[in-house]
Amino acid sequence: MAIFIIRRLLWSVVLLVFVTFLTFLIFVVLPSADPALLRAGRNPTPEIIASIRKTLGLDQPWYVQYFKYLRNLVLHFDFGYSYQNFLSVKETIFPRMPATISLALGGAVVWLLIGIPVGILSAVKRGTFIERFAMGAALVGISAPVYWLGLVSIYLFSTDIGKFPIFDATGNYANPWDDFGRWLSSLILPWIVLAVSFAAIYARFMRSNLIEVLDEDYIRTARAKGLVERRVILRHGVRSAITPIVTIFGLDLGILLGGAILTETVFNIPGIGRTAFDAIQKSDLPVVQGTVLIGATAIVLFNLIVDVLYGFIDPRVRY
Amino acid sequence: MALLEIKDLTVHFATEDGLVKAVDGVSYTVDRGQTLGIVGESGSGKSVSSMTVMGLTRAPNAHISGEILFDGQDLLQASDDELRKVRGDDVAMIFQDPLSSLHPFYKVGKQIAEAVRTHRDTSKAQAWDRAVEMLGLVGIPEPRRRADAYPHEFSGGMRQRAMIAMALANDPKLLIADEPTTALDVTVQAQILELIDRLQDEFDTAVVVITHDLGVVAETADDIAVMYAGRIVEKASADMIFHGPEHPYTWGLLRSIPRLDTPRDEELVPIAGRPPSLITLPGGCSFHPRCPYVRDAHRRTEPGLVPTDADPQHLVACLLDQGTRRRLWGQLEAGETPKEARALAMEDGEVELDTDVAEAGTEPGAAAARAMDTAQTAKEEEAG
Repeated sequence: MAIFIIRRLLWSVVLLVFVTFLTFLIFVVLPSADPALLRAGRNPTPEIIASIRKTLGLDQPWYVQYFKYLRNLVLHFDFGYSYQNFLSVKETIFPRMPATISLALGGAVVWLLIGIPVGILSAVKRGTFIERFAMGAALVGISAPVYWLGLVSIYLFSTDIGKFPIFDATGNYANPWDDFGRWLSSLILPWIVLAVSFAAIYARFMRSNLIEVLDEDYIRTARAKGLVERRVILRHGVRSAITPIVTIFGLDLGILLGGAILTETVFNIPGIGRTAFDAIQKSDLPVVQGTVLIGATAIVLFNLIVDVLYGFIDPRVRY
Repeated sequence: MALLEIKDLTVHFATEDGLVKAVDGVSYTVDRGQTLGIVGESGSGKSVSSMTVMGLTRAPNAHISGEILFDGQDLLQASDDELRKVRGDDVAMIFQDPLSSLHPFYKVGKQIAEAVRTHRDTSKAQAWDRAVEMLGLVGIPEPRRRADAYPHEFSGGMRQRAMIAMALANDPKLLIADEPTTALDVTVQAQILELIDRLQDEFDTAVVVITHDLGVVAETADDIAVMYAGRIVEKASADMIFHGPEHPYTWGLLRSIPRLDTPRDEELVPIAGRPPSLITLPGGCSFHPRCPYVRDAHRRTEPGLVPTDADPQHLVACLLDQGTRRRLWGQLEAGETPKEARALAMEDGEVELDTDVAEAGTEPGAAAARAMDTAQTAKEEEAG
């Protein structure tokens, strides 16, 4: 097990280096704008632009730029400096992680609490009105885009422009240790909006898994033992049906911890996704690299966690 | 009073294709400590009839009627909860594939202990001890250590032993074994059958063994019921079934398995055709499309399950008269093929049978059935 984890971690480092290289390459091959030009302000002289280029290191060949970036990253854990304001990327990104983590974890709690029970209920009450209603609702939930749902919810419930002003949903984020009440009220709508499509997907997935599992021979055995139906469903059925859910949950959470770009943008939450969105618009390569690296690390890490966890959930899996 | 008495049990399932008559008027009894073998092809209703005893066929689309008297209580009238209390306690069941029948995520000991704790008010430790005791009883070495293992760490034979341990943990009065050896290696099959036999003596349990293989019940069963298309077509003591069978379907089953007491070069004769659809059963005797000794009247008249002249315990549902049946079985036992047996029996002049429908194809229904059969075989060959 330990050997497995160490090997996976080493591979993760290789993978992350490759990711930075790829991001760099995309930026060099398909630049969206000249960062020096954006930095120079209105009516710049060619001399000013040239001097900015020199300051940012853009006058050097791209592989030299990349090598310097990588050296600083590996040796000094230095993510570089923003092209736009020369602020340290580390200091730009890390303070924004609590917002992203709050959004992702809170949303995950909401969608698990809705998706799993609805899925179980739909599988058990198969062919009834309950199942048809739940699966119809799930279809709507999957079909509704986050940005649309976000805007509608703001229009309906936010305190500034909402018809039923209940939540301080937009641009009011505060870290929980500074102002817990504000943190909570600013995130309730984003959590729900983020969770809707996930809850729908999880409900459908849980339902189809459980229906399949309830057909298994060992469920018949459980019934033949005389167990109460509740125990048959929960201890024997759900226990098996939930295993694949752990996999997709780990991946989904990893992706979201890299920044829920749409939700963060719609609700103006200062998280990683919002930062990435702004940085891409301004061709701010070091910041983009930083957000990509954070996102990739989260995904790689959660993949590993899922794999390790699987060994505990399913006794047939051994490393 | 018999331990289990099934009276005129019918189990029909409403499906999109029509009404599936899985069990159609079956009656049998099992006494305490007795072993009944139920033999038949897949789709003969042998599993459904015993799953119904456990209440495992209860579903919105199932129509069940008749009586299932267990220890005097009609299980068909019992509520789900009453039935649940009987399941796993008074009546236990083991299944065909022990790997898929055990939960892959729980330790073997835990699964057995769960069965105990469902019906007995014991502590977890006591239930665990009982599980270990049962594993030892079914011949698993180092039971205390093995109870702590998962099903995938067991071999096929050990898994079935564990299933048996689980089934017998609550000392049931009746054990239903549904194809208990089918998924196992031949070498392990005999061990499992011996184990069931030994434990039956120890626990004084009545056993119903369901199988498609007459060889499985040859040693262990007291009585054997042969099922075909949802009905019992012949029922007698095991001895009678093997030495004086009266139904052409039973003859077919016997001739299709190898036996030690016949010459080794004897050919095995498969039963021609395939089991009928349970939605559109053939009219008259439902075995008639596959019966080599069919007469025209057999396609219209349904045979009843009646005792033979010689033995009131020997029930058979066949329209041939008894003399003819004796003569035909005599020829078959002497090693003749069904076709030769027909010819020889008819030579005596006393027996009248139809011209060979299997060759002449005079009956439109039979011809159509054969055509479908051929098409089916062709399709399977193509797919294979």
